[in-house]
Amino acid sequence: MDELRDLYQEVIFDHNRQPRNFHKLPAANRRADGFNPLCGDQLTVYMKVNDAGVIEEVSFEGRGCAISTASASIMTETLRGKTGQEAQRLFDGFHRLVTGDGGSNGSELGKLAVLGGVRDYPSRVKCATLAWHTVQAALRNESSRVTTE
Amino acid sequence: MNPVSEPRLHVVKPAVGALDVARVRTEFPILHQQVRGKPLVYLDNAATTQKPRAVIEALDHYYRFDNANIHRGVHTLSVRATVAYERTRETIRDFINARSTKEVVFVRGATEAINLVAQTWGRANVKAGDEILISEMEHHSNIVPWQMLCEQVGAKLKVIPINDAGELLLEQLDSLLTERTKLVGVTHCSNALGTVNPVRKIIEKAHAAGAVVLVDGAQAVAHLPVDVQALDCDFYVFSGHKLYGPTGVGALYGKEALLDAMPPWHGGGEMIKYVTFEKTIYNDLPAKFEAGTPHIAGGIGLGAAIDYVRGIGLGAIAAHEHDLLSYATQRTAEIPEMRIIGTAREKSGILSFELGRIHPHDIGTILDHQGVAIRTGHHCAMPVMQRYCVPATARVSFAMYNTREEVDAFMNAVRKVIEVFR
Ligand SMILES: Cc1ncc(COP(=O)(O)O)c(C=O)c1O
Repeated sequence: MDELRDLYQEVIFDHNRQPRNFHKLPAANRRADGFNPLCGDQLTVYMKVNDAGVIEEVSFEGRGCAISTASASIMTETLRGKTGQEAQRLFDGFHRLVTGDGGSNGSELGKLAVLGGVRDYPSRVKCATLAWHTVQAALRNESSRVTTE
Repeated sequence: MNPVSEPRLHVVKPAVGALDVARVRTEFPILHQQVRGKPLVYLDNAATTQKPRAVIEALDHYYRFDNANIHRGVHTLSVRATVAYERTRETIRDFINARSTKEVVFVRGATEAINLVAQTWGRANVKAGDEILISEMEHHSNIVPWQMLCEQVGAKLKVIPINDAGELLLEQLDSLLTERTKLVGVTHCSNALGTVNPVRKIIEKAHAAGAVVLVDGAQAVAHLPVDVQALDCDFYVFSGHKLYGPTGVGALYGKEALLDAMPPWHGGGEMIKYVTFEKTIYNDLPAKFEAGTPHIAGGIGLGAAIDYVRGIGLGAIAAHEHDLLSYATQRTAEIPEMRIIGTAREKSGILSFELGRIHPHDIGTILDHQGVAIRTGHHCAMPVMQRYCVPATARVSFAMYNTREEVDAFMNAVRKVIEVFR
């Protein structure tokens, strides 16, 4: 079961049980809906981005598996105070981490590194990246629904 | 395997005259492997079944010795390939008791068969203001082709609802069937709930209202005997790969008079008698609907699959799977968090469930870790998920080679999920 614990780390259960920033954001000026048609997971990301392009606040709502909920929760903690460009750079690094592409060990990713176990489960990569794809759409200010397919 | 620490309930007695599972299992090479260090327990048979040696060898034999295009060569290999391929048509005819091989059209699978009927019979017979009636438990492949047709011709799609157990509300059928209803499309057996529908009764009522009926047999043919004449259905469709045969091949049954009157679908070789630039004469049934080179090896493999299934006997298979379903249903009661979705009185070997608040995707991954393969998701039946207000379910589905020991392994694996999430 050790390998399973690499995927389901305690931090992930913690965020799944008590997702952080799990609410609507009345002051949001960006939002997007994400959908994973494979498993029916849905989430909405809200962001308040200031004129300098800094993400002042970010939150989410929705329904998903432990991996997608924890990933979204940790993401909201990570993105606060970052610029759109920094967010993109983080996502690129995170994507390499969870796909095992480029040998990233996640050291530069801080807390996000707990999702590194996903790399051994290709069918779960989309769970881990759904919130991030949705943030990208929100940053582009696309109000339309993004899907992982 | 994990040791079984909890007491087992062995209340359900094995069926008398049960099939010899141990022998059957030796015929399926793929079952004898380890997944993530554990013996494979394959419980995703509603998605696709594994293939017996007879099917694998039929494909191998065809490519090694008989490969040629069919219906057009005078040479020996072409004749052999044609004979073998056409033999499957007769096997299918006999298997579903169609009157004639003219009524058996080879297709890629159930999905293609339904699209064929929607785009040929449908385009010719359904007009603006007409109605198509389907059920709330249909697979997307028996929803979307009718929606597309309705959009094309301005017809309306109506739905027979289901109750909480997952049974069709047949008392509503009389009011849902009107003189505008042109076709009723209903699944013989639901892939998401396991419900076996009383299709004979539905067909009778639909015919009385003047509608034709298409039965989606994708989940039925491997699990219960089907007689299209006794059912009196107008169309019956199924896929070979859920019947222990290859992917990419299946059959459309249609009553000869209906098929005869239908315009062709795809144009090309094989479906014609005579072509000039001014005019083309279409071929006779069933070639009229079989444009292009088909999946010849697949067709031959499907024949071997049906022969194999009939050798075991659908009666014995159904009894065995029913025993597994009862045993599994009974054992799920040991886990209070487990809620079965789909509790119809008439069910085939399918068990959809929820596990407290644990998402099906997480269940699927942790089960896979213990070698247990199940399906998680919406099972291409999103309206069913909406009906039960769940985003997805986890689903176990049985085949002839599954055992009670595998049900035990599954239950142990489910306990592990709960433990991991505690
Ligand atoms: C009830 C039902 N109908 C139709 C289909 C479609 O079959 P295929 O994908 O082989 O065309 C399926 C397959 O999952 C099914 O379960």
